[in-house]
Amino acid sequence: MEERRVAVVTGGSRGIGRAVVQRLAASGHRVFFNHFDRDDAAQRETEALAPGALGFSVNVADAAAVKSFFEAVEKEAGRLDVLVNNAGITRDGFLVRMKEEDWDAVVDVDLKGVFLCMKSAARIMMKRHWGRIVNVASVVGQAGNAAQANYAAAKAGVIGLTRAAARELAPRFITVNAVAPGFIETDMTAALPENARDSIVAQTPLKRMGTAFEVAAAVEFLAGDDAAFITGQVLSVNGGLHM
Amino acid sequence: MSIEERVKKIIVEKLGVEPDEVVPHARFIEDLKLDSLHIIELVMTMEDEFETEISDAEAEKIKTVQDAIDYIRNHT
Repeated sequence: MEERRVAVVTGGSRGIGRAVVQRLAASGHRVFFNHFDRDDAAQRETEALAPGALGFSVNVADAAAVKSFFEAVEKEAGRLDVLVNNAGITRDGFLVRMKEEDWDAVVDVDLKGVFLCMKSAARIMMKRHWGRIVNVASVVGQAGNAAQANYAAAKAGVIGLTRAAARELAPRFITVNAVAPGFIETDMTAALPENARDSIVAQTPLKRMGTAFEVAAAVEFLAGDDAAFITGQVLSVNGGLHM
Repeated sequence: MSIEERVKKIIVEKLGVEPDEVVPHARFIEDLKLDSLHIIELVMTMEDEFETEISDAEAEKIKTVQDAIDYIRNHT
């Protein structure tokens, strides 16, 4: 069996996920991550930045694919200590014009994907009576945001899921927490129009966007030994945007 | 190893019950002081060990050591 702690990070090839992969690899974890990009260029870049980390193409919304991914990790490493559910997508649009497929796509990846990964991971963690699950929610799930009804609903759902799982898994010493990033410099927010970015920065008490590494630092804390007495919580990393 | 021995081994090793307490009529919750998560672990481990799938409805009927043994006897 692998001697180091083993971590799975979903959506690990870019953005916040990549920073989490880097931090967990640097703090001595053996890291497996997935992505669902069209090509694996970002996966290879992440692997180069986080030596020892291994990437796979897996759609977190596909129950069978998720099941085999976790079975492969357990077979390879013999254990699973940390799960970071970070994979997420957006399909923005005003509610009155939002297409059903845009709703379904976001809820499938951002909410159902978290459920599927937690289900597989918890089964492995329960055997060793130790585990850390950290879900990446969003300030949008806490405060709402125009044109993001699907994303807000999915991320608020992640927070509810986090709390339910925290209660269920506490008897096996598995903690389940969420981080709720505000606006972070990633590919996802780079897609926002310039005026939207300016307006967000103006509303943020710390007057800037956050970095992926600042979110990853919170994830790393919740995934470590020092956070043993913290479960069912949402840690906001948002520059004060929402309090 | 017989089905009975394999089921008892799971209860001792996975659920941490003393071997001499694992008698056929012992009830998991009331007698062996296990919780509902233990029952789920037992069911998941039996599914893996005996390569079978136990539905939630069937799992709810497994209340004693003998129930667990009987389930496997009748379904594998």
